[in-house]
Amino acid sequence: MKVIGKARRRVDARAKVTGQTRFADDIALPRMLFARLLRSNLPHARIVRVDTATAAAAPGVELVLTGADFPIAFGILPVSQDEHALCQHRVRYVGDPVAAVIARSEREASDALALVEVEYEPLPTVASPEEALERTEPRIHDYGEGGNVHRLAHFAFGDVEPALAQADRVFEDLFFYEGNTHLPLEQHASVAALDADGRLTLWSSTQTPHYVHRELARALDLPAHRIRVIATPNGGGFGGKSDVMNHEIVVAKAALATGRPVKITLTREEVFYAHRGRHPVLMRLKTGVTADGRIVAMDLETLLDGGAYGSYGAASTLYTGQLQTVTYHVPRFRFRACRTFTNKPPCGPKRGHGTPQPRFGQEVQLDKIAVALGRDPAELRLQQLVPANSVTANWLTIGSMGLKECIERVVEGSRWRERRGKLGPGRGLGLACGSYLCGAGLPIYWNEMPHSGVQLQLDRSGRVTAFCGATEIGQGSDDVLAAIVAEVLGLDPADVKLVTGDTDLTPVDLGSYSSRVTLMMGNAAIQAAERAKALLAAAASKKLQVPAERLGFADRRVFDVEDPAKAMTFQEAVVAAEVEHGTLGTSGSYRPRRSPARYRGGGVGPSVAYSYTAAVVEVEVDPATGWVKVPKVWIAHDIGRALNPVLARGQVEGSVYMGLGEALMEEQAFRRLPPRLSSALVHKIPSLLEYKSPTSVEMPEVVTYLVEEPDESGPFGAKEVGQGPLLPMMPAIANAIYDAVGVRVDEVPITPEKVLKALTQKAKGQEGRVGPTAFPRVPWPEALVVPPPWEGGDGKAVNQDAPSRDALPTRHSGTAGVKV
Amino acid sequence: MKAGTEARGHGSTDGLARIALTVNGERHDVMFAGYKSLLEVLREDLGLTGTKHGCELGECGACAVLLDGQPVLSCLLLGVECEGANVTTVEGLAEGPALSALQAAFADKGAAQCGYCTPGILVTAQALLDRNPHPTRAEIAEALSGNLCRCTGYLQIFEAVEEAAGTAARRHGGTGAAP
Repeated sequence: MKVIGKARRRVDARAKVTGQTRFADDIALPRMLFARLLRSNLPHARIVRVDTATAAAAPGVELVLTGADFPIAFGILPVSQDEHALCQHRVRYVGDPVAAVIARSEREASDALALVEVEYEPLPTVASPEEALERTEPRIHDYGEGGNVHRLAHFAFGDVEPALAQADRVFEDLFFYEGNTHLPLEQHASVAALDADGRLTLWSSTQTPHYVHRELARALDLPAHRIRVIATPNGGGFGGKSDVMNHEIVVAKAALATGRPVKITLTREEVFYAHRGRHPVLMRLKTGVTADGRIVAMDLETLLDGGAYGSYGAASTLYTGQLQTVTYHVPRFRFRACRTFTNKPPCGPKRGHGTPQPRFGQEVQLDKIAVALGRDPAELRLQQLVPANSVTANWLTIGSMGLKECIERVVEGSRWRERRGKLGPGRGLGLACGSYLCGAGLPIYWNEMPHSGVQLQLDRSGRVTAFCGATEIGQGSDDVLAAIVAEVLGLDPADVKLVTGDTDLTPVDLGSYSSRVTLMMGNAAIQAAERAKALLAAAASKKLQVPAERLGFADRRVFDVEDPAKAMTFQEAVVAAEVEHGTLGTSGSYRPRRSPARYRGGGVGPSVAYSYTAAVVEVEVDPATGWVKVPKVWIAHDIGRALNPVLARGQVEGSVYMGLGEALMEEQAFRRLPPRLSSALVHKIPSLLEYKSPTSVEMPEVVTYLVEEPDESGPFGAKEVGQGPLLPMMPAIANAIYDAVGVRVDEVPITPEKVLKALTQKAKGQEGRVGPTAFPRVPWPEALVVPPPWEGGDGKAVNQDAPSRDALPTRHSGTAGVKV
Repeated sequence: MKAGTEARGHGSTDGLARIALTVNGERHDVMFAGYKSLLEVLREDLGLTGTKHGCELGECGACAVLLDGQPVLSCLLLGVECEGANVTTVEGLAEGPALSALQAAFADKGAAQCGYCTPGILVTAQALLDRNPHPTRAEIAEALSGNLCRCTGYLQIFEAVEEAAGTAARRHGGTGAAP
């Protein structure tokens, strides 16, 4: 292959290093107005009155909008349409938008915000899942599973009780994973304008232009074909730009109302309120093992702090358990999950979406099991890997599985066997693994159409243009598209012109989430390119008098593979094909195969392929301060095939970096103000300075191994690399700290304070553990009983679906929405 | 940075300020709302949107530009403080249509992922190379410690700076990793 697998400059590199990449806030249009949002300063309150008269009369102000202008609810998932662009009658967190001022300058809009008068009647607040379970009134939303419980799930993939009773050892642990946020460097921004024909265009830093398109049509009650959504390149996403956001709908409405372009750019503080980040999750994990450490059953309970709205939460809830079975063989698995509403910014998908939390618990617990049984943690894992081409207890289909090689590579690279436990005082090594989807098996709204489409246009100049709805968020989706088309057609990636992320011009791709783009868009691109190649080959075959099947495509030439001198240029082949077939264009599409999981909830977890990662982390712990330093990381990722190794390595190292932040310092934390300041629940640290994230000087040395075991479902065998490598980092760091100083911090972030506390305990002869100590009583519903494949199951539940206590609002009949 | 009365520029009417400054080798006479930061003047009044903002509080480094050769955070400088200044932004790094050595190294080494922090990092790294043509890895990390990047994990940025400096170590990590 000439392109695939070669280390290359990405196709959009020039734009990025010259400052020419046009992000949403870089757009300036004639007569453009600027919007700012007035956000609630109370965490929970009834809106008694909003008076906009003074603000509307302020200098430069063109329009003031309130909740009354947005009567239609929206939400990213059809099962939780619980948001309004501006709050209707109630605010649910500090930062919930109440009004919008649109003015001729950003300054005038900001100044006029203070003139909007809002009268609130404060309501009692819910600060945590524990409080949400206790306080059923007032309800933050009047849908869900009763009280302030948003979602409940209970699955029994086989009966764990007898298996646990018969296990040689049973380990039970509580873990807590604090919430954290994406912190993309680019603040969200959107520009809306009416085009010359009066149609609405929205440019936005979104990862999901198709979903924004659908929800805009819904929330504005406009036909979707009158709306164009253009996803501008995202200045970092990490999941934080995959929801439909309030401000996108506000500027669209404002452009429709004023007839002028309207821009909004969130301040950094507002980005912390927009959030949709990592759910705080409390976990109870009980695992039964044989004497040599093989898992016989796993029983997992998770409790999620969902924040104030649904967001992707119905899916996030199930992701806190469903991927626990794809790394190690789990013969029986019980999984119970509960998502609660609280008066905080809504949580949603962040890199790894719901899976880093239980993965942390599982990998730390396995380390404890290995210690207790006197086993090497690497060996303990290697003896029970899920086999390739198998089906798990919860009916996920595993394709290629390169975790064995991943573990071996990092064990060898770090000299794990020689060095673990022998690095001297305060130094240690920790190992952990992980796995992630290569694209969710189902779209977020139920349909049977393709998940990704690619169209190619071949011009007589020899230029190929590829059209695809995929969204470039920095991960390199544009480069993947160009590379695949170029490889198939024998071109250079720079020869392929790209039109992406534009709902007017490009076929739908569902968006840059769930690590789906390389696999799904890639397969669609291969199909479109192969079809173009066939058209070219048919025409070239006549011209060259060579059978079509003997034609090769490379170096911008079409040639006889048996006699390469018999050749024509690629452009000549396009001309011949246009003569032969007329105007040239092809399309390709991709839809993942159906999963064998047929139970309610089985729509979350299936993917046509899973990536695997193993990491060994070295730490140095200062016993006097609890400070943890990470000098070196070895990480191996089973990527199937690296389409561009430069970019693949960048995704792995970026994951290491982000994992370091999640493990050691990042937290989206809240506190109550004192009663004299209203007892409001506020974000502790909504700024880049106070929300601690690693800088260049904290970045460790990283040895990256790309393990290439091609997966037959992936384009050229490729699997994902954007999210999976994050997963092992947090538990590997926790395990390394144990190896270094013998204490367990069973929660993240592992701050120096917690390490010190554990060390102090240990010095007093106590356990030397910091972490949660209780799991509240959750009203678990009756289990959905789904026998595993090896217990005669067929992928369906043997009992009725447990009914929800409240009817869920559904969008329209016939669309059951996400299968959760 | 200018101080005192000079900082007010050479004209002011109706809250508008007027200054002359040199940006990327070109002299500009620019009038703007007097409250604007240098960042806003560059982006909004001179149309140079290559320089980014991530916080407008001096916390992230995305807005870094060179002021008389020194990296500064343009969100923390008022436009009126820049009378007579010589400013270099990312748009001024290329040599005509050709990328500078540093830009080319960033492109080749994968140092730009989403590209949002890239302009600030490029000018900061260029200033480092201008005063220290062969920096060590630690010196590079130190110089860039005020520029946040959420995508790369910094290592490919370090390698790009080393490549541009001609000090790239012959590193061999795992297989498949880029050279």
